Amino acid sequence: MIRRILGVIRRYPSVGVSAAMIAVLIGLSIYTLIALPLPKALSMWRAERDVWKYTPANARPAWTNLLRQEKLPITFIIPTREADTVTEPLNETLSSQTMRLLFTYDNTHLPSEVVFFFNVRIGSKIPLLTIHWIRPDGMEVELRSGPANPGPARELIDPSAVFGAVDQHKLTIGTGSFGGDGDEEVLPGEHMLVIKALAFDEGFALDGELVVYGRVHGLAGTDTRRRDLTIGLLWGTPIALMFGLIAAVGTTLLGFVIAAVGAWYGGWIDAVIQRLTEINMMIPFLPTIMMVGWFFSSSLWILLTFIIGFSILTGRLKSYRAMFLQLIRAEYVEAARAYGASGPRIIFRYLIPRVFPVLLPHIILGVPMFVFLETSLAFIGISDPNLITWGSVLSDASGVLYMRSYYWILGPMLLLMFTGISFSVLGYTLERAFNPLLRDR
Amino acid sequence: MKDRIARPRGVPPSVTALLRALRYLSLRGIAIFLTVLCGIYAAIWVTNLGGYADAQKIWEIEFAVGMTPIQASSNEERQAIAAQMVESMIEAHDLNRPFWQRSFGYFRDAFTFSLGRTGMTSPSGSSDAIDVITERLPPTLLIFGTANVITFFGSLIIALFLARRFGSLIDRLATLLVPLLSAPPWFHGIVLIVVFASILRILPFGNIVDARVSASTFGYVLSILKHMILPVSACVLGTLPMAVYANRALFLTHAGDSHVELARAKGLSVHRLQKRYILRPVLPPVITSFALVAIGSWQAIILTEIVFSWPGLGALLIDAITHDEVAVVVGAVTLFAYLLGFTVLFLDLIYVLVDPRIALGGGRNR
Repeated sequence: MIRRILGVIRRYPSVGVSAAMIAVLIGLSIYTLIALPLPKALSMWRAERDVWKYTPANARPAWTNLLRQEKLPITFIIPTREADTVTEPLNETLSSQTMRLLFTYDNTHLPSEVVFFFNVRIGSKIPLLTIHWIRPDGMEVELRSGPANPGPARELIDPSAVFGAVDQHKLTIGTGSFGGDGDEEVLPGEHMLVIKALAFDEGFALDGELVVYGRVHGLAGTDTRRRDLTIGLLWGTPIALMFGLIAAVGTTLLGFVIAAVGAWYGGWIDAVIQRLTEINMMIPFLPTIMMVGWFFSSSLWILLTFIIGFSILTGRLKSYRAMFLQLIRAEYVEAARAYGASGPRIIFRYLIPRVFPVLLPHIILGVPMFVFLETSLAFIGISDPNLITWGSVLSDASGVLYMRSYYWILGPMLLLMFTGISFSVLGYTLERAFNPLLRDR
Repeated sequence: MKDRIARPRGVPPSVTALLRALRYLSLRGIAIFLTVLCGIYAAIWVTNLGGYADAQKIWEIEFAVGMTPIQASSNEERQAIAAQMVESMIEAHDLNRPFWQRSFGYFRDAFTFSLGRTGMTSPSGSSDAIDVITERLPPTLLIFGTANVITFFGSLIIALFLARRFGSLIDRLATLLVPLLSAPPWFHGIVLIVVFASILRILPFGNIVDARVSASTFGYVLSILKHMILPVSACVLGTLPMAVYANRALFLTHAGDSHVELARAKGLSVHRLQKRYILRPVLPPVITSFALVAIGSWQAIILTEIVFSWPGLGALLIDAITHDEVAVVVGAVTLFAYLLGFTVLFLDLIYVLVDPRIALGGGRNR
């Protein structure tokens, strides 16, 4: 057996290559299942609590920096405990506290966002807080001034106002950086965030962090909700493989057995199977599945059941039936019938094993078909809310295809193509290897 | 069709052939129509999930009544009034009969397209469900027809070309390319949009005409043609490789037939050999396999229309489903079933034209 497989690989090197590609996908699935259990992945994917507080929105994959001459900025965080803090008591209760956060920014692109997260604790009186940004050119931008309420707060800072080489006019109007590519001219050099507090009692304390969001993140970038797309891509793999394999094996095997039963018994059983097949081929498949998904349940497993149910009685079944009808006249089947073998015995022990090699390519070719079907359904919004699939990532991305966020569709598209190509190459090559009429002479 | 049509004296054989073909076609037509009807009925059952949708509707009615303020003196009285309201609404929606009884009513309405009015409006402003649906049909047929004609003839020509050069570098490359391109049309569509619309900016992202289309007919047609390029290419890319592969296999299988060997031994040219000795007998199975491609591309066109925001039936169906416009959904699904039936019947017609057993009346039992 092993020698035969090795022989096939030697004769058709593409079998080895595609099998290796499939092995990579399986390895990736196993890694995902172990490293990132579904509940954890789901809670991250649903952006629960502040999971994505420190990730930039709409960031490109980090590796894109390797292809660029001018690198895009990456996110960095400066906590206030690294700040140079000076506290001077002004009288018995009154004190002033000054924090200076110093950092250098040399990137030629603006950061995507700048946010100062802070948490104020107070005694009994509300302190006064002023936050200033001192730009490299010495210009001072006042960000906040006034009483500071206790509890967590955030100060959104316009990146072009503090990093951009813009004129005074723009500063007051505020150009905003929304949707921009960070192409504006950037002022390089040392920046300083100055936080001054006037506390009226002992209880005052302020801790916070300045987050300068970059424009690249992780392997696959992030979406508008700051989610790391790697999670979607990783979790899509085992689900796609599982869905594709179950559907392909299920439809092929069931269709095969039904075709064998019909061909062997003939008569009304065969007629019923044939008419049902013709009717099934006239049912608009995708619209029906879409309606099941919308009106009944979008659970992947229920959809899978319906998809398998509708995919058994198709044109494929007719070709299997033709194959079996030929085989029934074979001498060894005649012999089995002569010695009195029962119908099921002939079907399962004589007919099916004989034609089984033809099945393998069909199963393998079916996998990418069903993977794409699942993605298609997710693409039009029918996706299981309790699972993460490539299709749901693609469906999120399709709305912003026009915003030039190519990286967003790149990941799922590449993985889908990888899956499609690996299974199709293997399937087609095996088909050629098993079908002598197609074999390369 | 065991009995043959007796040919009276004096009737030319072409007329007999025509009669035979017509008879075959009408029988096939009836069979396909009955099959389509069964398919529609089955689809009605599936979409109602054997009455599940009704249970949901009753629940919705109860919820709506529960939300309605009812003026009554006591709690019992209020409950009685509410129960009566639910009862009458269930009756008004004809939900008190079992589903299998009502399924025939749904079925009759569906296959006769008496769908009533809908909340959606057609481009011409009608809110009859049937108008909403039929006005979306031409754009879909435009894409479907163009793409399938290109796929059919393209696959024949390319497969003949490859079969002639069997085993050559270009043949090997092509067989390698088939699995690389085996993605559904909408997938190719996204790639095409990114490349030609988003990066190169030479073709439109989608829709059927420009927002500012010129008033002249010529300009209008030109704009439609320009918008058709990408969706049609996506459909062709999604179906052509498989069709080429299947046809090539058929040609190669038949290239070894004894009558071809004989013709080859006689020294006929490759072109003549392919045209007269291989293509002719292979055409019926080619059409059979193409029928499956065409049926499959009816499914694919729905998503292709979504990707290209092409104002066709598929996009309408998704719109209707998301807005719970049941009349339009039922109508569109029924229309899809009819279109599938017509596709099969049309291919049968071509089958008649190319199958010598029917056209020549060889008298073989079918």
